[in-house]
Amino acid sequence: MASFTQGNRFGEYMKRIIVNEKWCLGCHLCEYNCAFANSAGSKKTPNDMVKALKDIVINPRIKIEEKGDICFAVSCRHCKEPLCVKSCIAGALTKVDEIIRIDKEKCVECHTCVLVCPYGAIMPSNEGVMQKCELCVQNADGQPFCVKGCPNKAIEYKEI
Amino acid sequence: MPIDFIYPEYEIARNKDRCIACRVCERQCANEVHKYDQELKMMVADDIKCVDCQRCVSLCPTRALKIVKTDNTYKQNAHWKGSIISEVYRQAGSGGVLLSSMGNPLDLPIYWDKILINASQVTNPSIDPLREPMETKTYLGQRPNKIERDKDGNIVNNLTPQLELSTPIMFSAMSYGSISYNAHESLARAATELGIYYNTGEGGLHEGFYKYGANTIVQVASGRFGVHKDYLNAGAAVEIKMGQGAKPGIGGHLPGAKIVGDVSRTRMIPEGSDAISPAPHHDIYSIEDLHQLVMSLKEATNYTKPVIVKIAAVHNVAAIASGIARSGADIISIDGFRGGTGAAPTRIRDNVGIPIELALASVDKRLRDEGIRNNVSIVVGGSVRSSADVVKAIALGADAVYIATSALLALGCHLCRSCHEGRCNWGIATQRPDLVKRLNPEIGYKRLVNLVSAWTHEIKEMMGGMGINSIEALKGNRLMLRGVGLNEKELEILGILHAGE
Repeated sequence: MASFTQGNRFGEYMKRIIVNEKWCLGCHLCEYNCAFANSAGSKKTPNDMVKALKDIVINPRIKIEEKGDICFAVSCRHCKEPLCVKSCIAGALTKVDEIIRIDKEKCVECHTCVLVCPYGAIMPSNEGVMQKCELCVQNADGQPFCVKGCPNKAIEYKEI
Repeated sequence: MPIDFIYPEYEIARNKDRCIACRVCERQCANEVHKYDQELKMMVADDIKCVDCQRCVSLCPTRALKIVKTDNTYKQNAHWKGSIISEVYRQAGSGGVLLSSMGNPLDLPIYWDKILINASQVTNPSIDPLREPMETKTYLGQRPNKIERDKDGNIVNNLTPQLELSTPIMFSAMSYGSISYNAHESLARAATELGIYYNTGEGGLHEGFYKYGANTIVQVASGRFGVHKDYLNAGAAVEIKMGQGAKPGIGGHLPGAKIVGDVSRTRMIPEGSDAISPAPHHDIYSIEDLHQLVMSLKEATNYTKPVIVKIAAVHNVAAIASGIARSGADIISIDGFRGGTGAAPTRIRDNVGIPIELALASVDKRLRDEGIRNNVSIVVGGSVRSSADVVKAIALGADAVYIATSALLALGCHLCRSCHEGRCNWGIATQRPDLVKRLNPEIGYKRLVNLVSAWTHEIKEMMGGMGINSIEALKGNRLMLRGVGLNEKELEILGILHAGE
């Protein structure tokens, strides 16, 4: 049960992405859905993954970790006490409404956040500045793309 | 040997303009059909391994895949069809019995589709199930033949143990071993939420599922796998399996490769040993022997649970059912020739047994004629595809139906009929841990609940249309049925009139 302090400024409880190793198939669809969600093409043609991802090497913000029979998705956990925000030398990382966001204009590419993140959830983008999951909930379902596209409920978006 | 070459039956049609080489198809195919070619920088496929389970098609995020039947053809011949020629080649090469899975797929008559349901007009009003109560609850078990009273005139409860169903649909027997843990969990949880029953099949009951016992039917088959005192008492009823629609007259064989870990423990047999169910029960060679087993099981469960006897629909099914109705059994379950299986010899599956519609009609009539219909309830399975089939079955005389293929479809099965290979890409008919985890019971049980709830709504709509407000009033109500395109003999056996009559 969420404590009251976890509610955001609208008085609502915080929803988070929960990954469940038990149900992860290792199909990597979340990576492609993430890459699509954050591609330039997804805004112009929201249903055309082909146009957005054809012939490119994707650089998603969620990544499948796998070894042997074990696999699970890893993306930003939007920590209560985020080390990345504390350590950012340029003030590019901020926590707003429980979501850690990155201001690409401010990022100086020092990679400090990449080093301090215990989960490996921050990585350089193709443009050089850092990128991370910022919860793409602005689509019709109000669910992040990785959650919406997971065929086995191994990634869920729910209140904790 | 080139003489053995059989061109792949199905071909992968990949739209190269839409493929983004995400390799989901490659990762999801346990048959290893798809592969990413580093040099060509594109996905390639080996059609010969494809079983057309549609897993890759379903998961492809860009709809770049479809599977098509090959147009490669032997010279056309009405008598020697391509599939028959291929089977001869396969057997000439292997010397073995052909194996198949799931129900008989041949183009044989489907009587459900030749039976139409009545509706009320003008003189007898139809009922709107959204406004008026509509009873789908049904009880299975023996009906008392007379009302008994004590010396003060009060009614004595002489009812034998019954099964109470919220809707006249149950999940039929599928053993743990033939299907996965997650498939069983989905069935058990759905049956519990729906207020119906699922059936363990002959593989015993996993210790994790004893908590669903109130909605479980435990099966005792010829192999007696996993049968012990707690097992018999865990369920709401005990089913003796004499036969199975997909393979009447023969036993079962779960290969040792599938007897691993929990399956071995649940079946109470050593790991890696083949689980062979004999064709007959070696202690049953007559109705009297069956009576003895029925009574033994009742004794073992302290006369608290109804006993079901399951048989396959075969030529003299009515006489067999008549014997069973006198054996002390509470419920007869009849499995038609379309019934599914995890593995059966192809020739048996495709050529043995009779359609359930005819078997049901003749059993119901025979038991009525002999005045013993109230001794037993009748449950039919092995072909029920929709709520309309359920309504027709009940009007032909069934008390409830068993569904299994439809339940598996709800869980993701695409009827590729390759269960016997043990590589089910949908996590159903497999024990490979990486495949089993593909079926999340959280999703699976909700889909089963959805399916049965949807059918129940439709059953109510159809009953309402007929002006009938309870399942009891529909049972054996053959006046609500008419045949189309059936000959006189078929109509006589079904006990229905032709449309227009």
